[in-house]
Amino acid sequence: MTDTIEGYNFAYLDEQTKRMIRRAILKAVAIPGFQVPFGSREMPLPYGWGTGGIQVTAGVIGQDDILKVIDQGADDTTNAVSIRRFFSRTTGVKTTERTTEATLIQTRHRIPERALADGQIIIYQVPIPEPLRWLEPSEIETRKMHALQEYGLMHVKLYEDIARFGRIATSYNYPVLVNDRYLMAPSPIPKFDNPKMDNMPALQLFGAGREKRIYAIPPYTKVKSLDFDDHPFEVQRWDGCCGLCGATGSYLDEVILDDQGERMFVCSDTDYCEDRHAEGHVGPLGQAAE
Amino acid sequence: MYVAVKGGEKAIENAHRLVAEERRGDLSIAELSVAQIKAQMTLAVDRVMSEGSLYDQDLAALAIKQARGDLIEAIFLLRAYRTTLARFATSQPIRTTDMKVRRRISATYKDLPGGQVLGPTFDYSHRLLNFTLMADGEAPIAEQSPAESETFPRVTSLLNTEGLIEQERSDDNSDVADLTREPLDFPAGRDVRLQNLARGDEGFLLAMGYSTQRGYGNSHPFAGEIRMGEVEVEIIPEELGFAISIGDITVCECEMVNQFVGSATESPKFTRGYGLTFGEGERKSMSMALVDRALRARELGEAVQGPAQDEEFVLYHSDNVEASGFVQHLKLPHYVDFQGELEMVRNLRAEQEQQKAAGE
Repeated sequence: MTDTIEGYNFAYLDEQTKRMIRRAILKAVAIPGFQVPFGSREMPLPYGWGTGGIQVTAGVIGQDDILKVIDQGADDTTNAVSIRRFFSRTTGVKTTERTTEATLIQTRHRIPERALADGQIIIYQVPIPEPLRWLEPSEIETRKMHALQEYGLMHVKLYEDIARFGRIATSYNYPVLVNDRYLMAPSPIPKFDNPKMDNMPALQLFGAGREKRIYAIPPYTKVKSLDFDDHPFEVQRWDGCCGLCGATGSYLDEVILDDQGERMFVCSDTDYCEDRHAEGHVGPLGQAAE
Repeated sequence: MYVAVKGGEKAIENAHRLVAEERRGDLSIAELSVAQIKAQMTLAVDRVMSEGSLYDQDLAALAIKQARGDLIEAIFLLRAYRTTLARFATSQPIRTTDMKVRRRISATYKDLPGGQVLGPTFDYSHRLLNFTLMADGEAPIAEQSPAESETFPRVTSLLNTEGLIEQERSDDNSDVADLTREPLDFPAGRDVRLQNLARGDEGFLLAMGYSTQRGYGNSHPFAGEIRMGEVEVEIIPEELGFAISIGDITVCECEMVNQFVGSATESPKFTRGYGLTFGEGERKSMSMALVDRALRARELGEAVQGPAQDEEFVLYHSDNVEASGFVQHLKLPHYVDFQGELEMVRNLRAEQEQQKAAGE
């Protein structure tokens, strides 16, 4: 990249800050699912826009890394563009839209459809790291609950859902138990993506900037979505397929086509969709690749 | 025909250009200079410096200009700049007792050593729009008599000689926490709480302080003393080993005096609430003192009943850069999660319809 900005350290943060972040990451990896408090810095992007993920990425990125940034599964959403640009300007590293090519993937709200490989790192942007927060607003209390592994409150919540609606009415940020110990918020990914976290070969890092927490799931770690024997965990399914590439097993976004409620579904993972398209798959509303 | 949306990068660049044009406004009107903002929008500059945690009038004025007068945006700009600065020293505690006072009032005594100095205040002005300002009228020159006294003993130390007010521990030399480097931890010490309040949003603190006056954690406050003026900032460079002055800053300090009925072990006495801001931030300084006192409920064995007394509630929600970011992040795309919710609500409705149909 030629347009890197002058006057800032590699990846914006100073080396002392990066060291502090790496220490927090090491601790997080050592205690899977545990939220490690860290001295989150004020970034030149707003809180809620991914300051936690950006700091984690800045902490681990090196000259040889290839970075992919997605938001809602897509590389071209404005915030993904903005964050990718931030890193290409402050590091000059190579960026990519291809999941298989990336060494680092920073994401908001999705895990790519293609299985991640050994050696890759996926970095999630996290708004509220505490899975118990909506049940218990006090941090003092929730920390105590984690220390005592006292997660009854969450099970009661899920049970109440079943009693009221006949099913667990959580469709995203669906709570998981990591390594049979810590209850963890997977960040607001759809529950569709939860199974991908289990035994993932890639390292999973989570950064919450405003809330000043980092947590992690080391490669090949057990991640279990909470459920009950008679109400097993299940993921979203669609009746149709992707209108562009015809995929049936991917997470689909709904696109409204006109004011008559006409709609179509398309893959949320744009790279996956384009790959399939290039391989010759065509959906009912797509055109064949040239 | 739908195609996957592309062009985010171009759109962002265009938005940046548009906002720069909107900022400049009508080209037939002279551009506002940073020097003008610094000299004539001083209270805005003060607020941006206080909540931006950086005492630099030029940069605060620049931030206000760049933010088109949106002070929270200006505070954010200043904060983001501040984090990149190296720290080469920690100042000695400033001595507000030695302040070159420009304003000093006490609501608890009619007169006191040093006297009441009204200074530049809106307090007794009638809020009538002054149309001569619109017609570019010249400001009058205010005549100032020299201060009655060079020294202004503090009201709280006057109370202290009688033992009527709690002792402030001035011998405490332990390190002061810094929540821009270390995350908030609970229970939070008073140093952390005060730092948080000093950086906190004026509007939030105003509402919190106000709530204590309306019964949500009443602490019977009196404005013991408010003083505003210049204080010297000193550092001790390692290579020198003694204090040198690096300049003067304007601060506004408020000490609230609050009732405390005493307990089994302690006799009745007054307690303190403390507020300090850069510049002439009097409203914020007073609000801060009210909230500081309210947050001492646990320490003083009072029941925590109002939101202003709940330290997790206050400290987690006071920061306007954090709050503004998180509230406004709702405009980022959430369609993946929304799709999940759509799917669920449709399923729930379908199940309900089926049950209804089966029941009929």
